[in-house]
Order: sequence, then structure tokens, then C-alpha cells
Amino acid sequence: MNVTRGFAGRPRVPNAALPPGQYDAGDDWPVLSAEVTPELTPAEWSFRIDGLVEEPRSWSWEQAHELPASAYEGDIHCVTSWSKFGVRFGGVSLDTFLDVVRPHVSATHAVAYSHTGYTANLPLADLTGGRAWIAWEFDGEPLAPEHGGPARLLVPHLYFWKSAKWIAGLRILDHDEPGFWEQNGYHARGNPWEEQRYSGD
Amino acid sequence: MTETFTPPTRFAVPGRIDVSNRAAAVWQTATITEIRRESPHAATFRLAVPAWAGHLPGQHLMLRLTAEDGYVAQRHYSIASAPDDAGHIELTLDHVEGGEVSGWFHTVAEPGDTVEVRGPLSGFFAWPGDRPALLIGAGSGVVPLMSMLRHHRARGLDVPLRLLVSARSPEELIYAREYGAETTPVFTRSAPEDVPVGRMAAAHVAPLLAEQPPGGWEAYVCGSNGFAEHASRLLVAAGQPVHRIRIERFG
Ligand SMILES: Cc1cc2nc3c(=O)[nH]c(=O)nc-3n(C[C@H](O)[C@H](O)[C@H](O)COP(=O)(O)OP(=O)(O)OC[C@H]3O[C@@H](n4cnc5c(N)ncnc54)[C@H](O)[C@@H]3O)c2cc1C
Repeated sequence: MNVTRGFAGRPRVPNAALPPGQYDAGDDWPVLSAEVTPELTPAEWSFRIDGLVEEPRSWSWEQAHELPASAYEGDIHCVTSWSKFGVRFGGVSLDTFLDVVRPHVSATHAVAYSHTGYTANLPLADLTGGRAWIAWEFDGEPLAPEHGGPARLLVPHLYFWKSAKWIAGLRILDHDEPGFWEQNGYHARGNPWEEQRYSGD
Repeated sequence: MTETFTPPTRFAVPGRIDVSNRAAAVWQTATITEIRRESPHAATFRLAVPAWAGHLPGQHLMLRLTAEDGYVAQRHYSIASAPDDAGHIELTLDHVEGGEVSGWFHTVAEPGDTVEVRGPLSGFFAWPGDRPALLIGAGSGVVPLMSMLRHHRARGLDVPLRLLVSARSPEELIYAREYGAETTPVFTRSAPEDVPVGRMAAAHVAPLLAEQPPGGWEAYVCGSNGFAEHASRLLVAAGQPVHRIRIERFG
């Protein structure tokens, strides 16, 4: 341990819900996207799943909203060290979309891509089993453009760069392909509890 | 190198710039060797990092402080110095009101103190010096842009480079003595006589886009999220292609 002289840190209460190296951002919700926030209307938004699936298909805003609603209430963790507790997102579970397209047995990974061209790779296992959503509401309000509105991917058990803003689709694959930050040195999976920030962690 | 999936979408994120990611995996001890005041709220900290792997202008690092009980606070900081082989790098930190890490730097840190760093990080907000660069920053957002400007000078590059930098007042302008003809400061609260006071506007950006170099500008925008949103919209409105705008938001 490399103690910093004279550094005490802010008074803190041990918090078991805080992954290692993270701090509680409270009411703040920092924005860290690397590209220009797109002016994307719900009418222009669409979501597609293709690749290694039985029935590739696209959903419009209206079609996606006809699917059964599902909410996430819990925490989110950003690789830049902030965590945000007790957030509430509304949308549709990704399982609902995947049940329609039916991934092949050979499918193992996905690349999530945005209307901006941003990409993030994920193991398929992290996108199924009630752990991932297409989200368009935050705290009961439409998701703000700078936070990924009209709709973003939400995979709250991984660092938040995996939760691609302005989600446009998933390409289902039988191998892992690094996305935007992963090509820029970030970890392939990004599990906050194992502090998988950068490749090599 | 594996070929990666390219999405078939309307906008496009600018690609990565080839950098080595190996050094990012290791924490290294950095020793403060010098502290220089830049403005009433910002100071530059020169760090000796003997095994520093080198960086590209614009990259950042992760820095951590450790308390006696093992508690760790880590934050990202842009590298202000140009790449050289000095075994030293410089950071410039704003003193954030009540800030845990910047507070330590501004009230406790002295030459001889050690902290830990890992990096350089990200091949995205980086400028290799190979393409015309239009740099727009506000407050401490000018830090990674300064690394680019210093690199441009140190190497005597002739590729065009322009800097538009916003500060509250001339006193708050970081690196004020270092700017030359390539830089236009914008003051939002108070300005010297003959210089208008106000927010960065279309009138600041338009002349720069009117004098496009061959091949066009690669734009780099850095600052708070609010500033980044504002400046990137000005660029798009002035005709800068979306896929040639790189943004570093300080959160
Ligand atoms: C890629 C990148 C590059 C960056 N480069 C630079 C740079 O070159 N220079 C620079 O100055 N900054 C830079 N930053 C910002 C930097 O990382 C820090 O966010 C900044 O220094 C503030 O950190 P801090 O620990 O001092 O403040 P924090 O402790 O994080 O506090 C920030 C604010 O939140 C409040 N706060 C937060 N948590 C609590 C709490 N639990 N209780 C009470 N109040 C709280 C504080 O009062 C303060 O107002 C960069 C950020 C990024 C993402």
C-alpha cells in the first residue's frame, strides 16, 4: 500500500453496495460520451437485432412500445469512478426482443451499436436473464438526449460504457469483437465488482 | 488485428488513434517535483514518473491517492505536457470546491510527495500531430489542448492548429502567457478593454471554419459537459462534420 502523505479522504460510511474504487456521485449524473449528442427523434429511432439469429428484425419506436414494459431499479457504475444509487429506468427487457429473433445455439457475444456509430461488445450471457433492457425513461421522464435518449441499452451490472446510448441495434456473433472503448484499451467485459476497467485488469 | 464490425448508421464516431495500451495496466509511483500557480484556482503539478511509457498529446491518466486505512480516491486527469523523454509529466488541476482529490493537491501537496498514476489512457482524444487541429476548450478543459499546442511548437510542425479557449476572466485564463497568434481567448465575465464579454458563439467559430485547411479540420472539444454540448453544437451548425469532432467531457 502506497499511503499518500496527509490524505484522509472525505468522511465515509462503509457501503457494501459500492464496488471497489468507486464513489457515490449522489444526485450528479455526469455525461462522458465522446461524440456529439445526436438530434434523434423517436420517429427516427429504430432498434434492430441481426447476425446469428433465426429471424432478424427491426422495431420502430411504436412497435417497441407495444412490448411488455419492464423497469430497472438499482445502481449504476461508471468506469470513471462514480456510482449512482437507486436509479429507476423504464423500457423493455432485452429478453423480450431476443425471444422474438431467437439467437442460434452457436451465438456467444453481441456488438451493441448506436445511431452515432458507437459500439460496445458484450457476452450474450450478460444480455439475457433479466439483466439488460432497452430503456427510454429515467425517473418516469423521457430519457434526456445527453444520457442516450430517445433510448439506450441498459446493462447495469457492468460498467456503464457497455450501456450504449442512442442504441440502434445488436449484431449477434459467435466470437467477441472489441467495441469503441474496448479498442481504446478498456476491458472486454467491464465487471465493476472485479474492477475490470482497462485491458489487463 | 481482428477486423471489427462497422455499424450501418447515420452518424459516425471518429475512429481510434493507434496507441499502445500496455502501460495502462500498471500503477506507477509519481513524485511531485514542482508546483506552479496558473490562476487563482488552478495550479500545475510536475511529476517525476521515471518509467513513463510516453503519451500522445490529448491523452489522460488515472491518478489515485491512498489514506492510512487503505481508502482510495481515484480520478482522471489530462496530461498537460507535450510528449518528451524527460521522465516527467505535468498535470494542471482546478481547485474544485470541496473536492477530495483536487483539494489534497491544492492544500496539502508539496514537492517530494508521491501519488500513483496509470496510463496513458484512451486513443480517442489524442492528436498525433498529423492533421489540422481545431481545438476548443473552457476552464481546465484547455489542459489536453495545451499538450497539443506545446507539441506543435516543440516539434515545429507546420500543420495548421488553432485554439479557441474560454475563461471567466483574464486572471482565470490558464497558461495565459503561453498563447500566441494561433489562440483566440473568449472571456465570459470580464475582459480587457476592447475585448467583448460573453459566451463562445457562432461568430467565434465561423471564421475558423471559413479558413478550412486542405482536408478540413479535426476538431477537439474539451471541458464540462455543458460546455462540450454548447461548443459541439456550434461546430455542427458551422458545418464541421460530426464524425470529425472528438469530445472529452470532464463529467
Ligand atoms: C477524462 C478526464 C480528464 C480530466 N482532466 C482534468 C484536468 O486536466 N484538470 C482538472 O482539474 N480536472 C480534470 N478532470 C476532472 C477530474 O477528474 C475530477 O473530477 C476533479 O478534479 C474533481 O475531483 P475532486 O476529487 O477534487 O472532487 P470530488 O470529490 O469528486 O467532488 C466534486 C464535486 O462533488 C461534490 N461531492 C462529490 N461527492 C461528495 C460527497 N460524498 N459529499 C459531499 N460532496 C461531494 C464536491 O463537493 C465537489 O463539488 C478530468 C476528468 C475526466 C473524466
